[in-house]
Amino acid sequence: MLRAASSFLHGRNAFYVSLLLLPPLLWLGTVYLGSLFALLAQSFYAIDEFTARVVPELTLATYRQLFTQPANVDIVLRTLAMAVAVTIACGIIAFPVANYMARHAGPKMKAFFYVGVMLPMWTSYLVKVYAWRLILAKQGIVAWGFESTGATPVLERLLATPVVGGPSLSSSYLGMFIVFVYMWLPFMILPLAAALERVPASLLQASADLGARPGQTFRNVVLPLAMPGLAAGSVFTFSLTLGDYIIPSVVGAPGFFIGMMVYQQQGTAGNLPLAAAFSVVPIVLIALYLTLAKRLGAFDAL
Amino acid sequence: MTAAIELRETSRAFGSVIALDGVSLEIAPGEFFALLGPSGSGKTTCLRLIAGFDQPDRGRILLDGRDVTDVPPFDRDVNTVFQDYALFPHMSVAENVAYGPRVRGVGTAERRSRAVEMLELVRLGQLADRRPNQLSGGQRQRVALARALINRPKVLLLDEPLGALDLKLREEMQAELKGLQQRLGITFVFVTHDQGEALSMADRVAVFSGGRIEQLDTPRGLYTRPRTAFVASFVGSANVISGTLAQGITGRGTPFAIRPELIEIRPDGAVAPEGMLGVGGTLEEVLYHGASSRCHVRVDADTLLVVARAESAGVPALPPAGSPVRLAWRPADAVMLEG
Repeated sequence: MLRAASSFLHGRNAFYVSLLLLPPLLWLGTVYLGSLFALLAQSFYAIDEFTARVVPELTLATYRQLFTQPANVDIVLRTLAMAVAVTIACGIIAFPVANYMARHAGPKMKAFFYVGVMLPMWTSYLVKVYAWRLILAKQGIVAWGFESTGATPVLERLLATPVVGGPSLSSSYLGMFIVFVYMWLPFMILPLAAALERVPASLLQASADLGARPGQTFRNVVLPLAMPGLAAGSVFTFSLTLGDYIIPSVVGAPGFFIGMMVYQQQGTAGNLPLAAAFSVVPIVLIALYLTLAKRLGAFDAL
Repeated sequence: MTAAIELRETSRAFGSVIALDGVSLEIAPGEFFALLGPSGSGKTTCLRLIAGFDQPDRGRILLDGRDVTDVPPFDRDVNTVFQDYALFPHMSVAENVAYGPRVRGVGTAERRSRAVEMLELVRLGQLADRRPNQLSGGQRQRVALARALINRPKVLLLDEPLGALDLKLREEMQAELKGLQQRLGITFVFVTHDQGEALSMADRVAVFSGGRIEQLDTPRGLYTRPRTAFVASFVGSANVISGTLAQGITGRGTPFAIRPELIEIRPDGAVAPEGMLGVGGTLEEVLYHGASSRCHVRVDADTLLVVARAESAGVPALPPAGSPVRLAWRPADAVMLEG
């Protein structure tokens, strides 16, 4: 029976491949993309102010509401600024780590680093966020660390910085930034390390051989060839920050973020079209980001 | 005259493996020099030390009389053609070639014209704007060559430069490399495991084995006067005869080598010419190679001698396999070996 099926499939390559592809295509096409489009379609409806019901007529009223109310624009800009800052910080911190993992670590050290990078992801996300709230609290371990080294004035100076500061790290944008960077760092390190591992050592030697100092080799050879990894990692850190609603509601200043807005609008406020419109924002921003990255040649080395 | 490259008692170990064991070497300016040896013999380590990709544990390295042992690769007047060519995949052919001048601060227009000039030297002028992945192996090799030569180094290092090319292309490139070297007058040092390549291109060859130089000589010297059994059988093929068999033939216990093409083979009972040395054996197999045949002759339980025999009209036919035969050679053609 199995043998008969096997010999039937042998030589009917197109049929065989489509048989394999059918289940994932059904899943991706209907369940995944379908529901996404259903959600996005919602953003072109609007809510009736009196009945609080969604009116199923195509309109741009919801988008008008999103882009004309200063509070909403603030939320978009605040989230965007945080996502950009988190992405840049993750890139800067991840590069040396990924470079060490890809180029210098021996097999044992490499395994240790991979486990070390991924280990935090095995823990519940909520547990980590709440742990960070305690770590960054006014009487938390970070504040204690500053105090016991006599560096409290430095912390106070930091917290006195307008916009990013606040009464304590756990209730400031600075604290929120730290938690975001901590959370998404593995998503930057892993693709970056994979990209760096694919760069043959002979290319770096060739660069030095032709007279390039280490800084020039980094700029002209390593960075361009690591770009696909950096781009992949930054799409993760960027989109995860844009969409997150738990970190901003547990750690940080009271200002709203896109994710919190989506959560609130589809829940308590019951404005599904506005929630949908808010979720379109990250999609558009990431599409723009990828276009820009492609223009700048980030994927040329692929 | 100051040597272009000088190695003084250089050693390099990787963990417990000794890659290079107190090697001293002098290469003259303008010389075409080959580092020949099997893999793991230390030839590549030697090249990497000259390029500066690796530092010796002991010993010094001098380029043009200047001690560069602790000088990083980017400050050495040496360029390398890598085994895998190491072309930058994100740059065009012209950008690859112009990389040296670029990192030395040469302006865009000038480095472009110099790159095109170098590409014309290797006959690739029309491919300047292609990407490396659009080129064939032979073309990549030429780009790597142009890129390494654009800085006008005093020394060009080539790591198995022809290893990845097919036979016909390899022969073409051999002639081209040799011509290029003569025109530019730059010292070429190349690493190879292919003795034919070393013999046909190099002015002098250092044969490496076990991290040491086994013999340093001209190609002709290596072939006609190998000093050790290793060199005799690594450079070309050779029959090495030692022990009691050697004692029986020459009356001395010294091992000696005899090239397959210098042995004459006759049916048993034929009269050997006056003054020739010889030994009897059984013809086991004849392998036909076109221009010649290689005959395997069993002399004793441990010794199989190979005889190359020209295939021309006048040569008498061989007896069938299994027949007793007589081998003979001129005493002067046998090369006495060390130990």
